[in-house]
Amino acid sequence: MWDDGVLGLCGAVMDLPEQTRAQLAGDHGPAMQLAARLVVKAAEIMGAERLIPISFAHLDACFYTGRAHVDFVRFLTGNGAALSVETWTNNGVVSLADPSLRPREEDPEMVAGAAELMHLYKRLGTRPTWTCAPYQLPGGPKLGDHIAVGESNAVSYYNSVVGARTNKYGDYLDVACALTGFAPDAGLHRDEGRRAELHIDASALPESWRREDIFAHLTGHHAGRLAGRRVPVISGLLSGTPAFALKAISSAAASSGGVELWHAVGVTPEAPVLDAVFGGGETYRVTAEDLTRAHRDLSTARDGPLDAVALGTPHFGLGEFEALVRLFDGRRVKAGLPMLVSTSRGVRAMARAKGFLAALEASGVEVPVDVCTYHSPRVRGLRGRVMTNAAKWAYYAPGMLGVEVAFGSLKECVESAIRGAVWRDPALWTNA
Amino acid sequence: MIRARMLTSGTAEGPVLPLGEPLSFWGAFEPRTGEIIDVHHPQRGQCVKDTVLVMTETRGSGSAPGAIAEAIRLGTAPAAIILAEADINLAVGAEVAATLYGRSCVIACVTAQELESLRAAKRIAIRADGVVRAE
Repeated sequence: MWDDGVLGLCGAVMDLPEQTRAQLAGDHGPAMQLAARLVVKAAEIMGAERLIPISFAHLDACFYTGRAHVDFVRFLTGNGAALSVETWTNNGVVSLADPSLRPREEDPEMVAGAAELMHLYKRLGTRPTWTCAPYQLPGGPKLGDHIAVGESNAVSYYNSVVGARTNKYGDYLDVACALTGFAPDAGLHRDEGRRAELHIDASALPESWRREDIFAHLTGHHAGRLAGRRVPVISGLLSGTPAFALKAISSAAASSGGVELWHAVGVTPEAPVLDAVFGGGETYRVTAEDLTRAHRDLSTARDGPLDAVALGTPHFGLGEFEALVRLFDGRRVKAGLPMLVSTSRGVRAMARAKGFLAALEASGVEVPVDVCTYHSPRVRGLRGRVMTNAAKWAYYAPGMLGVEVAFGSLKECVESAIRGAVWRDPALWTNA
Repeated sequence: MIRARMLTSGTAEGPVLPLGEPLSFWGAFEPRTGEIIDVHHPQRGQCVKDTVLVMTETRGSGSAPGAIAEAIRLGTAPAAIILAEADINLAVGAEVAATLYGRSCVIACVTAQELESLRAAKRIAIRADGVVRAE
């Protein structure tokens, strides 16, 4: 069926740029050779006939998952690797900005390794954004740009909401694309790969429900369950759906399914109308029961006293900070209850300039930057019943942190934080 | 005879661990122990170390290649992973581990029908040319 060692041929059958050929041959040193080999290997697996130039990359490989990551980037910096495109970084496991977010008593090998990794990626020449939501910063890619992104929620957001084009380039391949300046011309880089394969219709649900922030998380979770790794198109999202809701759908569908691109009729740029992306086929109508099931899926804790509140998965945006300040309205988190709202240093600076940060700090909210919301030492110290409004956090935290999750809307999280126990909004899911 | 498409080079042999649902190697898998830790996964608690993992596809995060590379470094990785959907993340992670550490995990791809037939096997051996022997 397949030639022996088909991948060992390494580009012999593919139309490769001269530069890539030279890299494969080792002319630019062993680091660029490995990078070219990874890109070409990926292209061959995907059945690409050529590589396509990219203009931007966002790296996931700066997020410490073990010693292998450090060994990889050391191999690169030690062997003359050089980036070819503007390259931003995903969040780290520790914060370089805030030493208190890297306590040494918590797995010293991980803390040291994570900081070393981040310093090595700075040395490689990246722009140190340290965020899983790079699309919330100015100066990123635009509609139609070819890019290489690793972080699953950012892949989903850039493809769907921005209309830039990337496949999910996981660890090492993201770096390889950034180094070579090329990606495989396959999958979501091509028009035919961007067609919707199923239709999820939420238009029968009451409009008041569809305006709630929790609706986006539940719909995203449900869409991911239905779509798996396919491309869904959602109809029934309200025009003017805010960026944080689109972020919620992007991240929830990416974690519950594996969705890398979704469209929303009248909302995302490639789907002004249903026909633009969908030629008919599998259609699902979203019901109240679907949302209830998604809510149950994301909640492992019974309502009761809280041990923490964790927001900012993916990293909080400026609009969310504004909403949070409004919801707190000067009130305070219950004494002794940790409430963490993770974001990037870039967004935190904007929130500070707007006065949001001072207001939240006065309310007793912590705003860590640079770090992942379920993989930093600070978060790993959380135990017991933790409340979140983020479907992605709710999905991973029970397994990764051993906590129980109470899932709720942003308003429910705030009211619960003030009371120190889970509070449910009686107005939610009414037809008023 | 089943002949797999080899996404990495090498040979492998081991007891079969068939997975009923896709697994994410990051978040749902712990490289330090080789265990499945996702509470949503029906086979939570199972150890994948030295097995031939048989599953349709992977799910989830862009951190999967690092997790598989780390598992290879620590010796907790499966001997091989057989999929019905070609998986670049796993192939890249295994390739990087091969460059850095000189050992790897065989990533191979078969048809969906062949995959179903392999689920029932007790042991599987994969040759360098992709020929799969199942017992």
